[in-house]
Amino acid sequence: MTIVARPRHAFRFRGRSFLALALKPEMPVAGWLAELDQWLARSPGFFTGKPLILDLAGLEMKRADIVALLAELGTREIRIMGIEGAEPAQLDATLPPLLAGGRTAGSVEVADAVGPRPSPAVKATITPPPPPPPAQSLLVEAPVRSGTAINHPDGDVVILGSVASGAEIIAAGSIHVYGALRGRALAGAYGNAGARIFCRRFEAELIAIGGYYKVTDELELRLRQKPVQAWLEGEELKIAMLERDEEEAGKWRKS
Amino acid sequence: MAEVLVVTSGKGGVGKTTSTAALGAALAQTGQSVVVVDFDVGLRNLDLVMGAERRVVYDLINVAQGDAKLSQALIRDKRVETLYLLAASQTRDKDALTEEGVRRCIDELREKFDWVICDSPAGIERGATLAMRYADLAVVVTNPEVSSVRDSDRIIGLLDSKTVKAERGERMEKLLLLTRYNQVRAGRGDMLSIDDVLEILSIPLLGIIPESEEVLRASNVGAPVTISNPSSAPARAYNDAARRLNREVVSMTIPTERKTLFTKLFGRRAA
Repeated sequence: MTIVARPRHAFRFRGRSFLALALKPEMPVAGWLAELDQWLARSPGFFTGKPLILDLAGLEMKRADIVALLAELGTREIRIMGIEGAEPAQLDATLPPLLAGGRTAGSVEVADAVGPRPSPAVKATITPPPPPPPAQSLLVEAPVRSGTAINHPDGDVVILGSVASGAEIIAAGSIHVYGALRGRALAGAYGNAGARIFCRRFEAELIAIGGYYKVTDELELRLRQKPVQAWLEGEELKIAMLERDEEEAGKWRKS
Repeated sequence: MAEVLVVTSGKGGVGKTTSTAALGAALAQTGQSVVVVDFDVGLRNLDLVMGAERRVVYDLINVAQGDAKLSQALIRDKRVETLYLLAASQTRDKDALTEEGVRRCIDELREKFDWVICDSPAGIERGATLAMRYADLAVVVTNPEVSSVRDSDRIIGLLDSKTVKAERGERMEKLLLLTRYNQVRAGRGDMLSIDDVLEILSIPLLGIIPESEEVLRASNVGAPVTISNPSSAPARAYNDAARRLNREVVSMTIPTERKTLFTKLFGRRAA
């Protein structure tokens, strides 16, 4: 009998950011649940398939209360994937994990689902508390050298020089490169699918928008070294020349 | 006031040590006092290229750690009397260098010399970052091929962030020395063109050193090419680069081997 030594597989873990709704109950919980029921009657299925976090900050709920609340939410088909702001001692392995370090994101499309006239009390429980500060864009005037990673979680990144091969730009918003883009550009990296990538000379190694990416090998040759923009259409990452090139312009004139 | 110049590249084998020796000798031949400092602790080579390997008693580590005086460690060149070498230790590793020790050593060298030329090890680790740490300007040695260019780009980024000058918010001057340039292969498109390299790295050009057997021959006889064969194409290119370092305006040409009618007819071997 031979024993085959199986090669050990290395596990790969990667950090990812996702957007979740934070649901914040108010005391007394029974009254809050009643309001929630009224609101759900107007917007049935609003929470279906949405990642939800339960924000218990300032409520000082005991373990038993949390379990009861989760059960109540469960009967309304509201599943909670994580808990924020609770005492770690009140949670155990049977409850959703405790999350920390959440960032307030921009507006969540609540208004549409809420219907014409939501009651003010319930609306306040759904929308994240203060509006985030306006998105700040980051201007980089020097060329971005190989090995440099620029991460801007607040808005657009504008680069006046080139982005070298082996450099990486990560932006919450769009990325604008007025030189050659030879490295990686990841726009809308925090979930903004409307973000775009613009560059004067396209020689990128990888581009991504809202998590959908393309590596250069997959790209059409005619786009290389051209001024292009990239955007997301559904789940497809589209790239097109910003200006019509000579050949195409010629064809267009003839037709 | 001395100028501290670091010769660096990121990638190995592109010609840092050769260029350090050749530029050092070329600058010294103009009468300025020059010291070439080997930062490649553990893999020293500059002593060989300078032909001083049997004269090393104390080295950079001894001076940086205060075990030897600078005057004991400096080795004067036998051919050019204003040229000195401070060798690296072959038996130690780069962790033996401390930032404070290097600073003291460089400060002392600044007082004695017109030019302090630091030969950086390859890579971006401790040895390379310490070699550039106190520099006033940098010569980035690059071969016309993509991996060398990308590594150089990385080094330029480090020069702009990890040097004392950059941390003080001053502009670090960086000059490109394109080595191993082969006009025939560049013409065929086998190599990146000079314009491509300059476009990617976007730093001023210090010189173009043609690929030549003279460079190999020079290191094997233990002499900088600017001393061993001053009329050869690479030596002339290094001399031009040295004049540009002295802020002279020299037109940018790619020197070629001078060929007599005889060598043209019978090839190199006849010469």
